[in-house]
Amino acid sequence: MKNSSIAYKMILYILSCALLILILIMWYNYSSSRQTMFRELKSNAGNLTSSIVNRIETVLQAVQKVPLNVAYELNNFEFTKEELIVLVKGMVANNSEIYGATIAFEPYGFDPKQLYFSPYYCMKDDTLSFTYIGCEDYEYFYSDWYQIPKILGRPIWSEPYFDVGAGNIVMSTYSVPFYRTVNGERKFAGIVTADISLSWLQELIASMKIYETGYGVVITKNATIVSHPDDTLIMNHSVFSLAEQIGDTNLHNVGKAMIKGEAVFVPYKSIYTGKKFWQYIMPIPSNGWSVAVLFPEKELLADVRKLTKKLLIIGFVGIILLFLMVNLISHSIAKPLTSLAKAAQKIAKGDLNAKLPPIKSSDEIGQLTDSFVYLENELKKYIINLKETTAAKERIESELKIAHDIQMGILPKIFPPFPDRPEFDIFAIIEPAKEVGGDLYDFFFVDDNNICFTIGDVSGKGIPASLFMAVTKTLIKATTAMGMTPDQVLYKVNNELCQENENMMFSTLFYAILNLITGEVLYANAGHNIPYYISRDGELRFLEKTQGMALGVIENVRFETKKTTLRKNDSLFLYTDGVNEAMDINYNEFSMERLTKTLKPLYNESPIEIINKVIEEINTFAAGVDQSDDITILVLKYFKGSRD
Amino acid sequence: MNNHRTLLLMLFLFIVGNSNSEQIDNSKVTFIPQWLPQAQFAGYYVALDMEIFKKHGLDVQIIQGCPERPSDKMLEQGKVDFATMWLSTATQMRARGVKVVNLAQIIQRSSIMIIVKKSTGIVSPEDLNGKKIAIWRSGFKLPFNTFFDKYNIDVEIVPIQSSINLFLWDGVDAMSAMWFNEYHSILNAGLEPDELTTFFFPDYGINFPEDGIYCLEETYNKNPRLCCEFAKACIEGWEYSFEHSDEAIEIIMQYMYKAKEPANRAHQRWMLNCIKDLMHSEKGILEIGKLNRQDYEYEANLLKVSGYIDSIPNFENFYRNCLNNEKQ
Repeated sequence: MKNSSIAYKMILYILSCALLILILIMWYNYSSSRQTMFRELKSNAGNLTSSIVNRIETVLQAVQKVPLNVAYELNNFEFTKEELIVLVKGMVANNSEIYGATIAFEPYGFDPKQLYFSPYYCMKDDTLSFTYIGCEDYEYFYSDWYQIPKILGRPIWSEPYFDVGAGNIVMSTYSVPFYRTVNGERKFAGIVTADISLSWLQELIASMKIYETGYGVVITKNATIVSHPDDTLIMNHSVFSLAEQIGDTNLHNVGKAMIKGEAVFVPYKSIYTGKKFWQYIMPIPSNGWSVAVLFPEKELLADVRKLTKKLLIIGFVGIILLFLMVNLISHSIAKPLTSLAKAAQKIAKGDLNAKLPPIKSSDEIGQLTDSFVYLENELKKYIINLKETTAAKERIESELKIAHDIQMGILPKIFPPFPDRPEFDIFAIIEPAKEVGGDLYDFFFVDDNNICFTIGDVSGKGIPASLFMAVTKTLIKATTAMGMTPDQVLYKVNNELCQENENMMFSTLFYAILNLITGEVLYANAGHNIPYYISRDGELRFLEKTQGMALGVIENVRFETKKTTLRKNDSLFLYTDGVNEAMDINYNEFSMERLTKTLKPLYNESPIEIINKVIEEINTFAAGVDQSDDITILVLKYFKGSRD
Repeated sequence: MNNHRTLLLMLFLFIVGNSNSEQIDNSKVTFIPQWLPQAQFAGYYVALDMEIFKKHGLDVQIIQGCPERPSDKMLEQGKVDFATMWLSTATQMRARGVKVVNLAQIIQRSSIMIIVKKSTGIVSPEDLNGKKIAIWRSGFKLPFNTFFDKYNIDVEIVPIQSSINLFLWDGVDAMSAMWFNEYHSILNAGLEPDELTTFFFPDYGINFPEDGIYCLEETYNKNPRLCCEFAKACIEGWEYSFEHSDEAIEIIMQYMYKAKEPANRAHQRWMLNCIKDLMHSEKGILEIGKLNRQDYEYEANLLKVSGYIDSIPNFENFYRNCLNNEKQ
């Protein structure tokens, strides 16, 4: 991902975001339409179910009235056998819902000589058929339709049963007990019944149109299935035996709710078919049976699903369009950026003529490209400028180099300078700093027996310093003459330097003349570091200080000449402050202490050895740090007559 | 309601017409179980349909049992060659001179129980005192009387035919039930096992072996081999039924459909499983199909004590151990 292109990232982020939004909208739409659908469905389903229940209830109540009225008559009036038969016939003939009816008396209840008395009419193939119920094989007193209302003392609807022989008609009987008052005591006398065929119920339920595959089920108080699209279940199964057979606990629970007479709208998934339904359960008040109407969820949601499907298609077409658009835009951004990146690389490598993408628009990309063009042009200008500047600088540098070379050139460089003079040995070194500095040293014979040697340090750096140094050196050489003491020479040189010294430059200087015969040294000092006296026996000390200040500062300043005498093999160590002020990386100075310590054991060494050792120490100390000032050392060793 | 009679008459004529000769053809025999087709008789119907009878050299015709055509009467009147009956029924017949012989004892244990709803608060046999109990009016009363006597309780008996509805509608406090039949029907009407308290008679030491295969002694004497082949074929039919219960249930369902009986596989499976259990003696020491002398004597004694019989028929005369012929 880190290395993926902008186009890829834009497509990934924007599309996944859009997809997420699409999914959320789809989900919300689906679930909210589903909810709306269910709210409507619940109310519609409730209406449909209760209309079915009402239609059944109406029939049941109409049927109930007939035996109830007959029972009322029987409770209050006496009837002859013929009248009873007419009464029963009327029950069946005048009520189309009633399939059969009887008035069944208690044993010997109607006629003391007759065990059974139960005239029965039924409607067989649209014609009334008559028989007497009751024989050895059919002791009706023990039938449910007779026994249960007798014991319970109230009318009941029987559980449905097959009327064997009457052509597989499932029927249910409404039985009403009637009573006689004998000797002031109300006594159970018999049962009036009205049978209904349940085929009308099954037809009613079957006639309901509940989507494509929805259906209705009716079960009795004791859970027997009496109406179901699968005929083989009717009267053979109870809800619970069916649940047991197919191992469906959902169905068992539904059955429980139904026999409890609950009116609920619940989901139901058939284990058997795997189909999901929503079902409305509602009890039939008269007989305590229960109607369940099952609405197939798939069909209920067909519209919602269709809508969602369409939305999904629209959504995905949208996503594809979005993909194309994002792709286009991201490429229009990424392409100039890629060429800009390539151009930038070329520019970085120095190709300032690298071709930039054409500016097509004034958007951010256009502005960026514009900036690149500007950058390129500015770089070109800068490079040209830089070339000029560099040329100028190089020229200056080369001039400086020349100046430096000149500076160095005016210092005596050839050692040993006087190979034919065995009375002394002299060696000097100047380690210039990067910039042209202003250190100087010099030595020359005043006459055959006197050698003048000097060391100095001009203030400041660069060309002015080196010029001032050259002037000083020339003046000293020019001024030094036979018979002049060092203070007189410095007095003269100082006054010369003070003339026209607008830049207020100055130079410290140590000036000495050695008499090679006597070893006597006359010296004067213009504010320079006092040299060391290295005695041949190892003693190390500074020369005595003299009065005086740096040259070129104030006119007519007086200097002082002092005298010391070198013995054979004694040396003088002259140096500039570049020696003791050399720095290491932490800006610690080399210091006088270190210099003293370095010089101490070198009393037997030759001037070149002494200088090399000191330089070596300084280099070790500085450890590669650039020197900030010239380092200049001059050592003179006196041998008196000869070097032995 | 009025059709039972006609049907019965038709069947009666049919049966009489077929077996009035008393003569048993070596292969053609008739058999009646004591009730309508159901898994209680699966072994016999399976033996017929799977041609197990045929294998044993028998051409068996099964007469459908029904309340109006009690198997004991049918056997006594010689209208059938073989019948199933309860041990108690057969013992009483033998005691009063109808010489029936037991060829095999199928159901070793009593399946009778008394069921109450827990909501009645009845938890022990003693709690039944003074309660209304629905008991089959045509059934054998001795087990119930023995039970009531054992716990010294007095109950109001409501004679019923066979329906469970009176009980379900709370017309009675308790009802008699067969474990393999009514008990399951009650569960199928929506009551849960934990809503019921059951008094299963064998648990109270009252064990009356039930279905056995019988014929008249005369029949047996004429052709003992044929009678025993019949008994063996029946046992084989049962064994086949237990091994192939799906097939057996399918067979019995077809007979139930033919008889226009309410039928469902769940109930028949329950029943077949119960019968399998009941065919094994409680202690598990008896072979399938054998009549245990102790069981016989326990029951015969109770019958005698209760005045159902005057004398106890001799066990050896009563029981022909067909399943052990080789040893005899």
